[in-house]
Amino acid sequence: MAEPLLQVDGVTLQYKTTEHLVTATWRVSFAVERGDRFVLLGPSGCGKSTLLKGVAGFMQPVEGRIALNGREVKAPGPDRMMVFQEFDQLLPWKTVHQNVMFPMLCAGKWSRAQAAERARDFIAKVNLSKFIDVYPHMLSGGMKQRVAIARAMAMEPDILLMDEPYAALDALTRRKMQEELLELWDDVRFTVLFVTHSIEEAIVVGSRILVLSPHPGRVKAELNCHQFDHTAQGGAEFQALQRRIHDMLFAEAVEPVEADAHG
Amino acid sequence: MGKVDKIQPQVRPEYEVTDVAAAQFGEVQRPLSAFERIWNVTGVRRFVVVASLAIAWELYARYLDNALMFPPFSEVVEAFYLAFAKGPLFGRMLTTLQVLLIGYGCGLALAAVFTTLAVSTRFGNDLLSTLTAMFNPLPAIALLPLALLWFGLGIPSLVFVIVHSVLWAVALNTHTGFKSVSDTLRMAGQNYGLTGVRYVMAILIPAAFPSILAGLKIGWAFAWRTLIAAELVFGVSARSGGLGWYIFENRNLLETANVFAGLLTVIVIGLFVEGVIFRAIEARTVRRWGMQR
Repeated sequence: MAEPLLQVDGVTLQYKTTEHLVTATWRVSFAVERGDRFVLLGPSGCGKSTLLKGVAGFMQPVEGRIALNGREVKAPGPDRMMVFQEFDQLLPWKTVHQNVMFPMLCAGKWSRAQAAERARDFIAKVNLSKFIDVYPHMLSGGMKQRVAIARAMAMEPDILLMDEPYAALDALTRRKMQEELLELWDDVRFTVLFVTHSIEEAIVVGSRILVLSPHPGRVKAELNCHQFDHTAQGGAEFQALQRRIHDMLFAEAVEPVEADAHG
Repeated sequence: MGKVDKIQPQVRPEYEVTDVAAAQFGEVQRPLSAFERIWNVTGVRRFVVVASLAIAWELYARYLDNALMFPPFSEVVEAFYLAFAKGPLFGRMLTTLQVLLIGYGCGLALAAVFTTLAVSTRFGNDLLSTLTAMFNPLPAIALLPLALLWFGLGIPSLVFVIVHSVLWAVALNTHTGFKSVSDTLRMAGQNYGLTGVRYVMAILIPAAFPSILAGLKIGWAFAWRTLIAAELVFGVSARSGGLGWYIFENRNLLETANVFAGLLTVIVIGLFVEGVIFRAIEARTVRRWGMQR
């Protein structure tokens, strides 16, 4: 078997607050293959966002190794484009078009004309052609996230990193964005590493789920969910998987927690 | 304890709205009247304020009838015109602006050096914080005696006090601006593979621009005030004085209308820089980007 696109091997990540040294993840291992929609799922405190920052190169593991295409990840780079949860990730002094073009120009892989053309294409793919010359402050939260996705995808990264990109959106917009992401994946076939705390979102968006348990983040299970999308949501199998993950995550809880898991 | 009746939601019949006749809405949208639209222009409202002040001034001065103490507005305008067209006012203004630009430029350059040090090293950060804490509250004009001692009468002394008034205000604002750039934007920039100078130019400076611009405006105002005040103090010995000296000179000659003309020039230049130059920069940058209302 060929080596995986992304190999995370026994990675322990730590960060310092003003008072503590926090171990965010402990000896986490997983592999992402090309075309995967790989989801890191867990409750808050399981280090999933920290893990993503490690893959992005913003943090160095204290133990273990992260390798993309066999090369060890040492610093942030445009081969791993990140989509953040926060809406302020777009550069407010650039229009939608310029925002999507800018990283392409920084990378120097495309000429200005090519970058402009590609940016237009990808903005069309996320259905924002009408807003191409608008500044980010005039867009809604969902539109900003779409621009961020277009910006990341236009770079043709080896892997797309998404850090709870829909967590700050309202439920209706979130669902629409999930559907759009799946359509986009169907069209372009990129590889994505997706972080979420919502079991439902993980099953719908992902093709494979890495379930993490908190304090510190450790691998609990790796599950398949490529067979499910929004249409499967009411189905018995879907609910069974949801139940299974829920029990996995809250097995240690003294009292059963119901409502929280569906967020 | 007795049994408490809990409130229950009332069950009512359901309904769906199928159609509403458009005529029922009444006015949905209506253009504003001509007067409302004119009154919405900031320039018009400001002009009304200035015009009312000028009229009040004229009336009060006529009533007072003492041109030596308080000449009427019309006389001041005449003196202003004469001093500009035939008198020395224009040359004085140029002298002042020249010194001002030299001082402002040097102040900005030094502020850039200090801020670069402050964002790149921890010691630089401490240095800038301490220096601004010490010198920002110190009025630049208080350093004038020392400047005269060191640099003598002339432009270098003026530049010294202007630099002092500009430097700390601009450095403080710029530094604050850099520090408040969000982590998300920083990470986005690093994600593009930007490092070093490119990262600062492409991400940090535009992101901190509202603060930088605020610093530039405050620095300009400080420099302007400091310079006029400094000129008033020692323009006496400089052969080609600036506006401050012009004001001082005419007071000694009891040419009160000319004193007012000098003050008017100071006000007009201040309004021009604030209302035209900085406003244009704001409209093209921070306002358009939605970083400031």
